[in-house]
Amino acid sequence: MFVRLSAAIAAVSLLGGAALAQGAKPTDPQIAHIAYTAGVIDIAAAKQALKKTHNKEVKAFAQDMVRDHEAVNKQALALVKKLKVTPEDNDTSRTLSKNATDKRAELAKLKGAAFDKAYVDNEVAYHKAVDSALETTLIPNSSNAELKSLLQTGLKIFQGHEQHAEHVAASLK
Amino acid sequence: MMPRSTLPIVAALTLAMSVSAHAATIQITMENLVIAPAQATAKVGDTIEWINKDVLAHTATARNGEWDVMLPPKKNGTLVLKKPGTIEYYCRFHPNMKATLTVQP
Repeated sequence: MFVRLSAAIAAVSLLGGAALAQGAKPTDPQIAHIAYTAGVIDIAAAKQALKKTHNKEVKAFAQDMVRDHEAVNKQALALVKKLKVTPEDNDTSRTLSKNATDKRAELAKLKGAAFDKAYVDNEVAYHKAVDSALETTLIPNSSNAELKSLLQTGLKIFQGHEQHAEHVAASLK
Repeated sequence: MMPRSTLPIVAALTLAMSVSAHAATIQITMENLVIAPAQATAKVGDTIEWINKDVLAHTATARNGEWDVMLPPKKNGTLVLKKPGTIEYYCRFHPNMKATLTVQP
């Protein structure tokens, strides 16, 4: 419990902290990059889970994550193309990616039920962190209406995934 | 005089005809992860057609386990209502999508 909570707090403060540390509000090109990166990270985590898990429910969840985040990122790419916005790499995206790489390395060492639990717990924490970043930083700071609307839909999707992950986590106990 | 055994058959036929005569199709949309209308009312024999306008797959899954309709991205799914009752349903992939269907006899 403590581990999961502290992981969630670390993830939340990381997202919020990194964005705030820049001292400036993120711009639309940066927001687009952060949102896209958040999706890419969850797809990579799901693909790792699909290779490692033998649990039917975890597998189905990971497949849902790949399918949803690929669909959303495809929409995001179409939107930035339409708006002629080039997503811009930034500290928040870099920190997110680095942390995700570290997490995958950590999960790579686990097997069986231990892996399943760690993956699903991290999915709950990760989606919570992204939800919080969307609500407090990304959505309020986005200036383009279409980008804002996509982020708002993204928030609902992520909240859905968080609840879905919680259901799976409960089934693993 | 009509044989006693045919009475229930006639009654059943009449009932079936009256049901089919009034059977309607009720459309419920799922767009941007919102089910609209969130509260719908229908009758036994009616068809519910869920229209998924999202690029994501959704489901209409009854909480009591009675039905589970898959809705692929940008596709529709239908269900013929067989039993009366108030049924809460949700999307298995996005459990924050919730709605209620009231089926009248």
